[in-house]
Amino acid sequence: MAKLNINGKVRDVQVEAETPLLWVIREQVGLTGTKYGCGVAQCGACSVHLNGEVVRSCSIAVGSVKATDKIVTIEGLSATSAHPVQRAWAELDVPQCGYCQSGQIMAAAALLRRKPKPTDADIDEAMTNICRCGTYQRIRAAVHMAAGMAEKA
Amino acid sequence: MTKRISATNLSRRKFIVGSAAAGGGLALGFNLPFMGAAEAATAAKAGTEINAWVVVKPNDTCVIRIARSEMGQGTETGLAQLVAEELECDWKKVAVEWVTPGQNLARKRIWGDMATGGSRGIRGSQDYVRRGGAAARMMLVQAAADQWKVPAGELTVADGVITHAASKRRTTYGRVAAAAAKLTPPDPKSIKLKDPKDWKIAGRPIKRLDTAMKLNGSLVYAIDLKLPGMLHAAVKASPVFGGKLVSYDESKISGMPGVRRVVKVHDNAVAVVADTWWHAKSALAALPIVWDEGSGASQSSAIIAERLREGLTATNEPFASWQDGGDALKTIAGAAKKVEAIYATPFLAHATMEPNNCTAKVTADSAEVWVPTQSAEAALAVTSEESGLPLGKCEVHKHVLGGGFGRRGGTQDYTRQAVAIAKQFPGVPVKLIWSREEDMAHDFYRPISQCKLSAGLDESGKLVGMHIRVSGQSINALLNPAGIKEGKDMRQLQGLWKEPGDAQFGYTVPNLLVEYAMRNTHVPVGPWRGVNTNQNGVYLECFMDEVARAAGKDPLEFRRELMAKHPKHLAVLNAAAEKAEYGKPLPAGVYRGIAQFMGYASYSAAVAEVSVSGEGKVKVHRMVLAIDCGHAVNPQQIAAQVEGSVVYGLSATFYGECTVANGCMRESNFHNYQLLRLAEMPRVETVIVPSYDFWGGVGEPTISVVAPAVMNAVYAATGKPVQSLPLKNLKLV
Repeated sequence: MAKLNINGKVRDVQVEAETPLLWVIREQVGLTGTKYGCGVAQCGACSVHLNGEVVRSCSIAVGSVKATDKIVTIEGLSATSAHPVQRAWAELDVPQCGYCQSGQIMAAAALLRRKPKPTDADIDEAMTNICRCGTYQRIRAAVHMAAGMAEKA
Repeated sequence: MTKRISATNLSRRKFIVGSAAAGGGLALGFNLPFMGAAEAATAAKAGTEINAWVVVKPNDTCVIRIARSEMGQGTETGLAQLVAEELECDWKKVAVEWVTPGQNLARKRIWGDMATGGSRGIRGSQDYVRRGGAAARMMLVQAAADQWKVPAGELTVADGVITHAASKRRTTYGRVAAAAAKLTPPDPKSIKLKDPKDWKIAGRPIKRLDTAMKLNGSLVYAIDLKLPGMLHAAVKASPVFGGKLVSYDESKISGMPGVRRVVKVHDNAVAVVADTWWHAKSALAALPIVWDEGSGASQSSAIIAERLREGLTATNEPFASWQDGGDALKTIAGAAKKVEAIYATPFLAHATMEPNNCTAKVTADSAEVWVPTQSAEAALAVTSEESGLPLGKCEVHKHVLGGGFGRRGGTQDYTRQAVAIAKQFPGVPVKLIWSREEDMAHDFYRPISQCKLSAGLDESGKLVGMHIRVSGQSINALLNPAGIKEGKDMRQLQGLWKEPGDAQFGYTVPNLLVEYAMRNTHVPVGPWRGVNTNQNGVYLECFMDEVARAAGKDPLEFRRELMAKHPKHLAVLNAAAEKAEYGKPLPAGVYRGIAQFMGYASYSAAVAEVSVSGEGKVKVHRMVLAIDCGHAVNPQQIAAQVEGSVVYGLSATFYGECTVANGCMRESNFHNYQLLRLAEMPRVETVIVPSYDFWGGVGEPTISVVAPAVMNAVYAATGKPVQSLPLKNLKLV
């Protein structure tokens, strides 16, 4: 039994403490925008925000998450897909298959919160999620575009 | 805004009615003359089917049906553009709808081939989908003409609005759809399609139709599916290819949380079925399993390499081959200068980001699957075979794939497993998900091969003969034995073929011999985005640089001299060179490499700009790629595919390798099967040079030039040819 604050809503989940947060989010809570890619924190498809920082939820045991911790998934990033990262992603048609993009978007949103005007080097360092379709060029451009949008907003 | 309608909204019964009324034929849709009152009511809500490709709603939304699979390559948008172009509808009011293979079967394959591979999505269906759009337009216009009692020729149509200028009357597709659907469709052969020069929707860099759902987590991939009462399965097959399941000890895990049952899956795998996938996976990890590893257990990468090496010089067997001019071997032996090299490329895994998965529900008289598949009809066939139910009692619900790359085509092994598991739980939907480790351990890998090349030059440095001997595993031997004629499999020479039109060798060599020696292994192989063009592109294009150097010529100039009879290959090579400013000096320490190749009816070329550090670390700064795919339906999506192909190609160049130890694959996840990440992404520039007289593919062809362009740049930087991949294994300086 655990209490989780996900996207601003506190939920009770009936689950073993060692269950990865990813699978609690997907299977108990039923939010499937957060994806399983590797299970070993390599690919970042499972990226969510934990108290504002991007984390790989496949490698966090739910038992280590406190009821006061704030978890945000792709579904909770914005109610209307209006987050600058989502708008920039739409503007540049970033996704191909799209499977990794929830994680990419969460990583980019966390980066911009930390560094509102990231350099290419900042993007290199922060955006380590794997995209097998190879959308990296557009991801880089979209992060810069989102930074510009957020500045203007 | 465009709206997506799920395939399940299509009335199954409506399609069966349609099929009874239809006479057959692939090319065009049929109206539904025998539609009953109930069907008509459903149709009014869902819209009116004008023909198989086009449904028009009362609010003027045009629903375009898509039969091919979408896995990120943008085919859905491209096909919709082609239909919409001829339909003359309002692009802002276009929605798409997936066709299922059950519907296709019920309507005598009215939507044609649903398989999505070989970069065929657009080029393989462009003709009949455009005719479908045009026929629907003609029927809609005719319906307006009938209503107004004027000749159809007096009407004009744009953006779904039909106008009779003389009487200043206007109507919309939504208003005439019901009348149009009752008309006799025009003979598809009589339809004159637009000249692509007049395209307004096709040919333009229009945004994808499916982006919004990929930005907020709302797109339901098959792995995300939830059905009432659903159980979850994790599976493990014999780690040694060809091994069998002997036994397992269910008692060791039966008390674990959530576990329902352990089930045998065919003769080589075992699955744990539980309340959640995490429960299933955890219990499977704890399940004691005994395998009969079989003869494959003795195999290793070294043994396989040795077998391939023998094929490079073997004689007296039925090689797949072709030749040009006189005796290549004699010519080379007697040449003033001789160049010889042996190249090698490894097995590779597809590693789709969405691991293989399939949800299946089997009852006494029906079987359904929900699956990411590139071949919905193969999935239907597998579902039928495995469930024992006739095709007509089976259905496949296609989901957008989280990557395909050739892994999820005709084999449908994971679909077969899911049905095998689900039929042991009658009436209960069971979702099977492969762990990443299972996905890495049981791929149909890109076939391993080696290649021995030799060339002869005369005193002036002119190429007088070339011999290419590929030795390696055959995809056809495993997946399509009928493709092998008298022991000869030409498919493995893709890109080195004599015949024009698809994957033609792009040079004229006076005395040329091209051969393939089949050397199979116990490892299952299959098509991997680009299939054999990638390996053969490396062999030919890297060797070309070695020969150019031996001839004392610039690699680009050397190629150009051999390409006079291959103007399309040459034009693309020139386009890449020009965009990359080939002759212009580069910053100190940066070197260029160039390559060209043909595959999937398209011509590709690349220029790479690369530096190699003192420690031998390679950095790719910039890549310019040119492609002639004939017609460019969506230049923006073509550029996206080219950018993606660079990443796919560079992952293979730098890191890609699956190695065999004790009969199984060593690489198990992304820590030891590394893929390119953003920090390593070069700047990519795409040059599209369509020649408008053929239809070529886009998803695959450009991968073939990525690795050789980079390898040739490394060669230029270090002075040492790169003859095997991946680069991570090589000491470059």
